[in-house]
Amino acid sequence: MDKFEKLTGIAAPMPLVNIDTDMIIPKVFLKSIQRTGFGVNLFDEMRYTRDGAEIADFVLNKPQYRSTEILVAGDNFGCGSSREHAPWAIADFGIKCVISTSFADIFFNNCFKNGILPIVLPQEQVDVLMADAEKGENARMTVDLEAQEITTSDGEVISFEVDSFKKHCLLEGLDDIGLTMEKAAAIDTFEAAAAQARPWV
Amino acid sequence: MSPKTLYDKIWDAHLAHEAEDGTSLLYIDRHLVHEVTSPQAFEGLRMTGRKVRAPEKTIAVPDHNVPTTEGREDPAQMTEESRIQVAALDTNAKEFGVHYYPVSDVRQGIVHIVGPEQGWTLPGMTVVCGDSHTATHGAFGALAHGIGTSEVEHVLATQTLIQKKSKNMKVEITGKLMPGVTAKDITLAVIGETGTGGGTGYVIEYCGEAIRDLSMEGRMTVCNMAIEGGARAGLIAPDQTTYDYVNGRPHAPKGAQWEAALTWWKTLFTDEGAHFDKVVTLKGEDIQPVVTWGTSPEDVLPITGVVPNPEDFEGGKVEAARRSIEYMGLTPGQKLTDIEIDTVFIGSCTNGRIEDFRAVAEVVKGKKIKDGMRAMIVPGSGLVRLQAEEEGLADIFREAGFEWRLAGCSMCLAMNPDQLSEGERCAATSNRNFEGRQGYKGRTHLVSPAMAAAAALTGKLTDIREMM
Repeated sequence: MDKFEKLTGIAAPMPLVNIDTDMIIPKVFLKSIQRTGFGVNLFDEMRYTRDGAEIADFVLNKPQYRSTEILVAGDNFGCGSSREHAPWAIADFGIKCVISTSFADIFFNNCFKNGILPIVLPQEQVDVLMADAEKGENARMTVDLEAQEITTSDGEVISFEVDSFKKHCLLEGLDDIGLTMEKAAAIDTFEAAAAQARPWV
Repeated sequence: MSPKTLYDKIWDAHLAHEAEDGTSLLYIDRHLVHEVTSPQAFEGLRMTGRKVRAPEKTIAVPDHNVPTTEGREDPAQMTEESRIQVAALDTNAKEFGVHYYPVSDVRQGIVHIVGPEQGWTLPGMTVVCGDSHTATHGAFGALAHGIGTSEVEHVLATQTLIQKKSKNMKVEITGKLMPGVTAKDITLAVIGETGTGGGTGYVIEYCGEAIRDLSMEGRMTVCNMAIEGGARAGLIAPDQTTYDYVNGRPHAPKGAQWEAALTWWKTLFTDEGAHFDKVVTLKGEDIQPVVTWGTSPEDVLPITGVVPNPEDFEGGKVEAARRSIEYMGLTPGQKLTDIEIDTVFIGSCTNGRIEDFRAVAEVVKGKKIKDGMRAMIVPGSGLVRLQAEEEGLADIFREAGFEWRLAGCSMCLAMNPDQLSEGERCAATSNRNFEGRQGYKGRTHLVSPAMAAAAALTGKLTDIREMM
């Protein structure tokens, strides 16, 4: 996994609440058995007409947002299905950070596994960042994971919380499975004890 | 010892390792796998030379892509991509040696119906699957939740999941349900109350008399949609209803093991005085048959209601409601019972079990669906299908004009050929009414099986109580 350190990039506004994973990547694109190539279909039904033409007023189709790296989104982003194709599509498009007042749990976890930083902030602060993102390509925000700070294009600094373990994994680009395998002895011990206690499992 | 919730007890019994910051390794008893969210995980194992740590605890079944029409063994019924995905599961199941129910097996079906039916799901277990509706298994008092594909790979390799403990939420449904009100109405009414984000960060325990009175099928319906309220998992404490359902199933414990299991299962309840971080209480008598009008499961109203005005909402929901109403082709103030539908879908992991089909048969027996209506009933598993045929339900459905299909996820998410066309409007017993969920520009109204059956007869969203 790529390391996430400090990101300065264009932020796009998507104020709609309850953006679900079917919107992020419709199921017709879940049939791939690869992890890559989903970016072109990110937000497909909002982004293209049925015949594949771009819908001009969709935010990521606007010239100033075509290289978006940060998404500022409405409440409860990523609700619905567990499909990791959603963060795969977001990452494949080039978005590395999503900011909202809340995220659905499964989506939130999936982001960290794919080098994407989801940031939860109170409504007032999301409003500030949404307004900043509305400015277009001149509004380049900076997200500093180490310092846990977002700097708006006006220089306003907003700090955010992040789970310490997840932060560590993102900063170092660590593979969860490798980390867990280092605890194989603990798993072995637990498994043996559980097999004694609940042999029917 | 301080009193514990049911969730606390299951969590504690599966904690394999806990770091100082609370990051924990939770041991997983059952890992269910389907074809859509697993190929990249198996590929990851292959690339790193890792094995499946506990293939005997891993159960795979194709369900999302499979056609539900007769003759589906013919590969021509699937698109090339669907074929590849199902073939990949075939190969992976064999190569890694996990339990497998292929399309040709009569036990094949939706993973969340097959697991309980085969006795893989038992009280007090941890159950995961790369599918958000894994919450279904919580009906047994098992801690069950959906995971992403990276986590699928993690569980395959280590039989554990990296977790932080969620908060405890209690949803109590007191008293009795009124006639015509079902488990589906309970679960939708709860989401209507809490919103789709209300359960985020929580594990819900459903309790109260109305929950206790439900069959296992009904409890599965309730827990299935915990995720639609934002909660990764929903739980119901096991009781005699649970034990009676589990007893005798192929993978349930037998003999002395059964007795030992039962002794432990009987300790699985929330202790008096245990702390809940959030409590929601609904009166069973107040719950009415409900229907969704919008494109989020929280857009729910009693069938006697009218399409709301977006201005009645606050904040970001105003724009979301406006967008929903436009997408759904509705008018604020329109009576819900005036909404005409052209399609009915009965099935899914929410409502694809035998009890659901009995409820449908009761409504449609001896009647005909409305002219021009496309109505399909898709059993949740091959065994549900067999049972419905043995009970004579299938004949009732066919005579009423329903298509009687083979088992799979079908039009719940429309990854197989069962889809809505642009502008079609469906009364569905499934779990999501998202834009495009059942087909591009298709419109979905979520309802109970009995309400879907009533709509098939009248051609409109219908108050089931008027047909009783």
